[in-house]
Amino acid sequence: MDVRSQIGMVFHLDKCIGCHTCSVACKNIWTDREGTEYMWWNNVETKPGTGFPTRWEDQDSYKGGWVVDGDELKLRSTSKAKIIPNIFHNPAQPSLDDYYEPWTYKFQTLFDAPEGDDQPTAIPISKITGEPMEKIEAGPNWDDDLGGSNIYAKNDPNMEGLTAEQKKQMLEIERISMFYIPRICNHCLNPSCVAACPSGALYKRGEDGIVLLSQEKCRAWRSCIPACPYKKTYYNWSTGKSEKCILCYPRLEAGEAPACFHSCVGRIRYLGNVLYDMDKLREIAMRPEDELVDAQRELILDPNDPEVIAAAERSGIPDGVIESAQNSPVYKFVKLWKLALPMHVEYRTFPMLFYVPPLLPVMSTTQGDVVRNDVDSLFADIDKGRAPLEYMAKLFSAGNLGKLRYALRKEMAVKIWRRYVTVGDISQADAERALLEADCTAEDADDIFRLTALATTDERYVIPPFQREMAMEMIIDPQELKAEAGFGFRAAPKRS
Amino acid sequence: MNDFFLFAVLPYVSLVLFFIVTIRRYISTAFSYSSLSSQFLENRQHFWGSVPFHYGILVVLGGHLGAFLIPRSLLWWNSVPVRLVALEVTGMGFAVITLVGLVMIIIRRFANNKVRVVTTISDWIIYALLLVQVASGLMVAVYHGWGSSWFATNMTPWLRSLLFFSPDVSFVAPLPFLAKLHIVNAFLLIGFFPFTRLVHVLVVPNHYLWRRTQLVRWNWDRKTIRSPD
Repeated sequence: MDVRSQIGMVFHLDKCIGCHTCSVACKNIWTDREGTEYMWWNNVETKPGTGFPTRWEDQDSYKGGWVVDGDELKLRSTSKAKIIPNIFHNPAQPSLDDYYEPWTYKFQTLFDAPEGDDQPTAIPISKITGEPMEKIEAGPNWDDDLGGSNIYAKNDPNMEGLTAEQKKQMLEIERISMFYIPRICNHCLNPSCVAACPSGALYKRGEDGIVLLSQEKCRAWRSCIPACPYKKTYYNWSTGKSEKCILCYPRLEAGEAPACFHSCVGRIRYLGNVLYDMDKLREIAMRPEDELVDAQRELILDPNDPEVIAAAERSGIPDGVIESAQNSPVYKFVKLWKLALPMHVEYRTFPMLFYVPPLLPVMSTTQGDVVRNDVDSLFADIDKGRAPLEYMAKLFSAGNLGKLRYALRKEMAVKIWRRYVTVGDISQADAERALLEADCTAEDADDIFRLTALATTDERYVIPPFQREMAMEMIIDPQELKAEAGFGFRAAPKRS
Repeated sequence: MNDFFLFAVLPYVSLVLFFIVTIRRYISTAFSYSSLSSQFLENRQHFWGSVPFHYGILVVLGGHLGAFLIPRSLLWWNSVPVRLVALEVTGMGFAVITLVGLVMIIIRRFANNKVRVVTTISDWIIYALLLVQVASGLMVAVYHGWGSSWFATNMTPWLRSLLFFSPDVSFVAPLPFLAKLHIVNAFLLIGFFPFTRLVHVLVVPNHYLWRRTQLVRWNWDRKTIRSPD
């Protein structure tokens, strides 16, 4: 057993209000430089919708992730044979049009405009060419809250394969409800970006599994961009290097949560490390699609099991890291309670960002032009939830309805149970039956409630010790750095 | 005297620049080693320029290298007229492909606003040098035929004399103007090479073919982290 530690994340979608504070926090820290304006290491998408970049889930055109071919796991986008021919022109690479052309406004025109009958306006200026833009056709969160439109919801790749009845249901939904998905790099267990990088610039950090991209080694061959099925590596058109979410590792190393986590208004985010068995990864990555959710859970080890602890010690995992895995909220949500599901696990990268699916209870129904509020249905059967389960299952459980239904039913049972405990207008028998049907004990329900609704910062973010001070001493003698001037780039990171 | 400077001094100046600057640049600013691809900003014309240019230039350069390394075999191959014509036509064909690709690339750089933003002065110098190089090479092929043979009889001995530090310009002195232009421009390109984005040629990712699929880097030593002493 080769035990490794991996930072995992859980986003509780039932709590996300779609405020984009996470995106802004990230942008202000990392991507406000030339060439990175269009990058959103953290973005929030409205679902159903086309997402960012447009239709990123359509792997027939973007070729992201892995496919099983016989007894081999292969990259959809490239291979050892295709890597050189694809270097001259990468056929699956998204271009600026798939994202948007970044722009600002020429505010000076507000002051310089000659006096006239009209209010002066600030004209939009391209952040790339500096020239005025005639028409802005896309931007960050362009389809924000526009789940209802025929352009965005209809073109959601997850809509493909739904029945006509379900599609109709979805379009009905979009007038009344939608939900948000905040997305960052998933720091996958089996990252396809790393496997596709011809230069070996992308790598996974051994101690915590954070996927990083060496700016010194990247040569702009652009293989990672099609290969990542989540489109979370971005090409910096100015420096000629790709960049991606670094999970704010400088903050993590100082014991602070990443900026997007720290700033989350709805407190939907959880972070903690889990232990997993590297030896099993290969076999598990080959499992049939509908078993992948369970397969990934199988990969994650119980940090309280004495055998696992012994194996972790043999694999060189420090005590502090094992201890933080035992307190990890991610372990609880993913493995213990089975509430959190990986998004699009069928890409077989095993994303380590999990989502608690949103309940989307039916609050109202339309009858002709009349909207009728229906508060009783707050605790309705989850199958009557507005988004057809098939749609949600495509997002969160590779089409496996059972896994999704299990998570939603448990979420609902916790609500019913807490309603019984705190308000008391639900009978004890009904509340206990709901728990029983959801495979949940009263203690678990209280724990879930606590971690969902009351948890403090320290409970939500259990950051393992990185022991940089020790790691550094082992690699280089600190005395060697004495009297050296600075670190990082010795020349400005500019194109030559 | 002129010939001496162009064919016995310039090549050495270029080669010294090439080796020293390339290595120094790699050590001090590895960050600057990039192909600086602009496919992201413009996708369609990129295909019609980049693909023919790269395939064309690779075959043409391969031909030059072959004539330098195995001149005798080449002369033997060319001893049958049909084979000679076949080789010449193939070479010319790939030269035309290269030229078409290069012209497409240059047009794209001029015509597309976004691509023009990421085009530096050194890029324009490369394009000018490459255009002269490819065009002069093609003209040599057209006006001074059977180059594959006289490369083997004249160019190869001269290049070898350079290699052994006893430059003998008498091999190249009688060559026509176009051929001389082609040679001098080639050494200008080599000398200018390390200052430009052309360095991406040196970092083609051949190790991808034999490396493991996934890469993991450790900041601490797994064997000793639990017992630092």
